[in-house]
Amino acid sequence: MNHLYLSYPNPGGIFSNPVGYWVIVALAIVFTLFVLLTATAYTVWYERVLLGRFQRRPGPNRVGPLGLLQLAADGIKLATKESFAPAGVDPILYLVGPAVMVAAAFLAWAVIPVGIWWGFSYWISNINVGILFVFAVSSMNAYAILLGGWSSNNKYSLLGGMRAAAQLISYEVALGLSLVPIFIITGSLRLQDIANFSVHWGPYHGPIPLVIVAPLSFVIYMVAATAETNRTPFDLPEAEQELIGGYHTEYSGLKFTLYYLGEYLNMVTVSTLATLIFFAGWHPNAPWFPAFIPFVAKIVGFLFLYIWLRNTLPRLRYDMLMRLGWKVLLPLGMANVVVTAAVVVALTG
Amino acid sequence: MLASYVPLLIFALIVLGLVGALITLSFVLGPTKPYRSKLLPYESGVIPTTPARQRLSVRFYLTAMLFIVFDVETIFFYPWAVFLHQLGWYGVIEMFVFIAILAVALAHIWRKGGLEWE
Repeated sequence: MNHLYLSYPNPGGIFSNPVGYWVIVALAIVFTLFVLLTATAYTVWYERVLLGRFQRRPGPNRVGPLGLLQLAADGIKLATKESFAPAGVDPILYLVGPAVMVAAAFLAWAVIPVGIWWGFSYWISNINVGILFVFAVSSMNAYAILLGGWSSNNKYSLLGGMRAAAQLISYEVALGLSLVPIFIITGSLRLQDIANFSVHWGPYHGPIPLVIVAPLSFVIYMVAATAETNRTPFDLPEAEQELIGGYHTEYSGLKFTLYYLGEYLNMVTVSTLATLIFFAGWHPNAPWFPAFIPFVAKIVGFLFLYIWLRNTLPRLRYDMLMRLGWKVLLPLGMANVVVTAAVVVALTG
Repeated sequence: MLASYVPLLIFALIVLGLVGALITLSFVLGPTKPYRSKLLPYESGVIPTTPARQRLSVRFYLTAMLFIVFDVETIFFYPWAVFLHQLGWYGVIEMFVFIAILAVALAHIWRKGGLEWE
């Protein structure tokens, strides 16, 4: 039973029954997709409300209680809008772009564990290269953006796509390097092992947030992840004053919705990864304190941080962006790996 | 443990189905009323005079090459990091030599101005 982690007997033996097992897997996958779509929609709502509050206006508050149905209204509007392709676009790549964006954003969730209850967490696939798979599929974003920008037959789209691709690959190096110290400390690439990482420090014996032992990793990860998700202050791919809409200038209707969905889902994904890797995921929990409460609270905290950054910081210039990525974060990340490796080996012998 | 990849495969198929359905729906829902000026590339209302796919700065190409070097380096770190406890000082020194070579390369590119964007 490598799939569901249970610390109590399984109800009615359903997890040991081969048919029951696959039924549970299929139901869980559909449920995960449903939860992810809902969570992404409410991330957009949360951002719009917070943007309003930061700018001393109410934000969406007309559709449904507290504006909670605003996203349903927007979704229906976008789906029923004309979704045309301008003349001269590459007909296949123009559709592949947004499809790759959303598919990659969803696929990362195949290996992300979700804390649900005391001693019970759920993940779709328990592969031993966990985080490597997350990086592999989230790198597909560069393809999605570049394909969308190139196939649109628009100067602004192409420039936005090229900028975005260069930015994504530059910060991907720093993002990958920032987590190497975590793997050195925990000795695993599985996200559930990293989140459950425990220490024996004197009288204390239990899980710790790894941000305490690897603070520099956390800083590099946060900066690189903000750049990877094209959030302010790194939102140059869609700098509207220079590039109209960037790579999605020529997208409308549901195809635009797919890009938008992928972007916000990536934001939820990097927040969840930060929670799992640096803030001990679903810990602390207890039989009377369900694991999803700290888990969701930490993710919402990171989302708030991202929206706060958007409201506070101005956009970087492109040369500053590249300088930060290659001349600051990359050497810092390499030094971090060297120092952590030496310290860990010196301490453990 | 290849069996642990099976749920991943099922998930990938369901996701591809969902994305395909959404792309198909984008053609089914909504009206289709194309006319000439709507089909022009959008350049803030100015009618485009030159083709869109023009030559770009060589810096993008250079960045892509640098990315390959340093991303492969990062991937080499992953298995090394997971097994560092077993490798001990031997592993640390081996990897320091590897990092040093790449650090020299980075310093060289830096001095030659390969990381400058005007």
